[in-house]
Amino acid sequence: MASKTAAKDIITLRGSAAIVSEFFGYAANSILYNRGVYPEESFSKVKKYGLPMLLTQDEGVKSFIASLTSQLSEWLEAGKLQRVVLVIMSKASGEVLERWNFSIETDGEVIEKGVSREKSDKEIMREIQAIMRQIASSITYLPCLDEPCVFDVLAYTDKDVSVPFTWIESDPKLIANPQMVKLHSFDTKIHKVDTLVSYKNDEWDEE
Amino acid sequence: MDAGSTVTSSSNAKNQSRCPLQDQLLKKRNSRENLDRFIPNRSAMDFDYAHYMLTERKGKENPTAASSPSREAYRKQLAETFNMNRTRILTFKNKPPTPVDPIPHDFTSAQPSKAAKSRRYIPQTSERTLDAPDLVDDYYLNLLDWGSSNVLSIALGNTVYLWDASSGSTSELVTVDDEVGPVTSISWAPDGRHVAVGLNNSEVQLWDSTANRLLRTLKGGHRSRVGSLAWNNHILTTGGMDGQIINNDVRIRSHLVETYRGHNQEVCGLKWSASGQQLASGGNDNLLHIWDRSMTSTNTPTQWLHQLQEHTAAVKALAWCPYQGNLLASGGGGGDRCIKFWNTHTGACVNSVDTGSQVCALLWNKNERELLSSHGFTQNQLTLWKYPSMVKMAELTGHTSRVLFMAQSPDGCTVASAAADETLRFWNVFGVPQVAAKAAPKANPEPFAHINRIR
Repeated sequence: MASKTAAKDIITLRGSAAIVSEFFGYAANSILYNRGVYPEESFSKVKKYGLPMLLTQDEGVKSFIASLTSQLSEWLEAGKLQRVVLVIMSKASGEVLERWNFSIETDGEVIEKGVSREKSDKEIMREIQAIMRQIASSITYLPCLDEPCVFDVLAYTDKDVSVPFTWIESDPKLIANPQMVKLHSFDTKIHKVDTLVSYKNDEWDEE
Repeated sequence: MDAGSTVTSSSNAKNQSRCPLQDQLLKKRNSRENLDRFIPNRSAMDFDYAHYMLTERKGKENPTAASSPSREAYRKQLAETFNMNRTRILTFKNKPPTPVDPIPHDFTSAQPSKAAKSRRYIPQTSERTLDAPDLVDDYYLNLLDWGSSNVLSIALGNTVYLWDASSGSTSELVTVDDEVGPVTSISWAPDGRHVAVGLNNSEVQLWDSTANRLLRTLKGGHRSRVGSLAWNNHILTTGGMDGQIINNDVRIRSHLVETYRGHNQEVCGLKWSASGQQLASGGNDNLLHIWDRSMTSTNTPTQWLHQLQEHTAAVKALAWCPYQGNLLASGGGGGDRCIKFWNTHTGACVNSVDTGSQVCALLWNKNERELLSSHGFTQNQLTLWKYPSMVKMAELTGHTSRVLFMAQSPDGCTVASAAADETLRFWNVFGVPQVAAKAAPKANPEPFAHINRIR
């Protein structure tokens, strides 16, 4: 966010990529906390987006998310990232139970011509705050994850992207016949992020 | 819309029950006649055809057209993922660390597995029904037994039949004379080879079922019919209408070894505990006695360990719990209708349940904590109870008269019930044979193998 001039509310591609990748980091932490993928006591509270946010203190998870966000930021700046999906799977069976889907629309003109857009920091923060609140409240309708779970992150990129050394190609890890809930979206005027959570249809709920 | 309203109001009044294709040709000709102006000619319209076109064809061609928004979104997503040449899905080679939290998740994961051990399916109808003509309809007799060699014996009138459960073949063991008959009780020795037959004339015959040979006749003990029999190794205990209970040592010439006097009316229920230490006897005098072997004396009649007077009708149904040695279940007759549970060490009544009808027989499930009872009027049913909660798990109906006798297969899965409706029914009530598959081959080996193991 160094290249952003707060006074004029000008947002550059670089700044937008930083906001979006930072958002992914916090969103991933929030999902892992709220969905109980990692034990509650491994998270600590920080203030962010005007909300108390929880960040993992587990070194392994921390470094995973850090390397994730730095790579995402790179792709976002190149305008090659289409979607990021956080998948929650059963530890025992590997069955996909939840997919947190963040679709990204990139303003092509900004990428090509290097122009910047105008949007106030505050406004973006308010939009992100709404998503974070929704993630936290999602436990009210998402089915209970009553078994040990693991997570993974999928990045949907353009075909011409070269696969980084630490990455491999993956299957989409879809859920058959899922339930879907669309959450709020936020827009930096350069990157627009739509959030959607799909989850395994819980037979017990059908009445 | 006009079309919409006409379709919905389409009546079957003009339904010519014709093929849709023919109707279409007819309609085309009509419309050509009125080319100048569009005047809806309802009489010429075929609403059935229109309805068919609007509904049926759509359904046939687009079978999945009607769908929820979520399904549509999913399809969109699918299309996107199939459109792989535009997208690359990447993921880290190194996966995030898997969470390690020992207690809470282990606990929760243990819960569903417990729930997964779901209720076993209990067939509501009998698996097999055999005819049992001339079965004596007498509550005080014991005419059915299933031996350890998987052969069922049943007394029908003067005749004892053997039904081999392994092969399904029937053979006749003996037909007694009218002077001594009918047969009033039957019981397999633990070896599954010898069978004791109590008779109306107070005698007891011992038969070798494999050789089909009468080995000996026990007489001189009872003064009237022998309605109940119970084996304890080489001791055959007989209960008579005279209220006497006699222990016979079948190996020795003077077989009368002990006499238990405590009943003043017919003894109809007689069961040794699995340990062979305690004998439960029930009589028509509403009494239930517990006798202990350690209290036997040779010269004077043995005193009972407990005299239990809580039943208010004849006590015939007796069953020792297979997993708790001092627990006895007893069922009362028509005036009592109760199943009572006893601690036979202390003589305390542990529980009592009013079943609402005469209790004729009781059997414990060897594999689960369950008790099966057979009943008389009004339902003539078999009731499966969960123990100790005594929640009814199943009511098996089918018999049309009181279910007098029950016997359990050696593997513990199948129950045979004989009723006054002169049928013998087999119920798969105590679990599927697969569950007990390991126990089954053990249960019906060669008859001799069994003798070696028991002795």
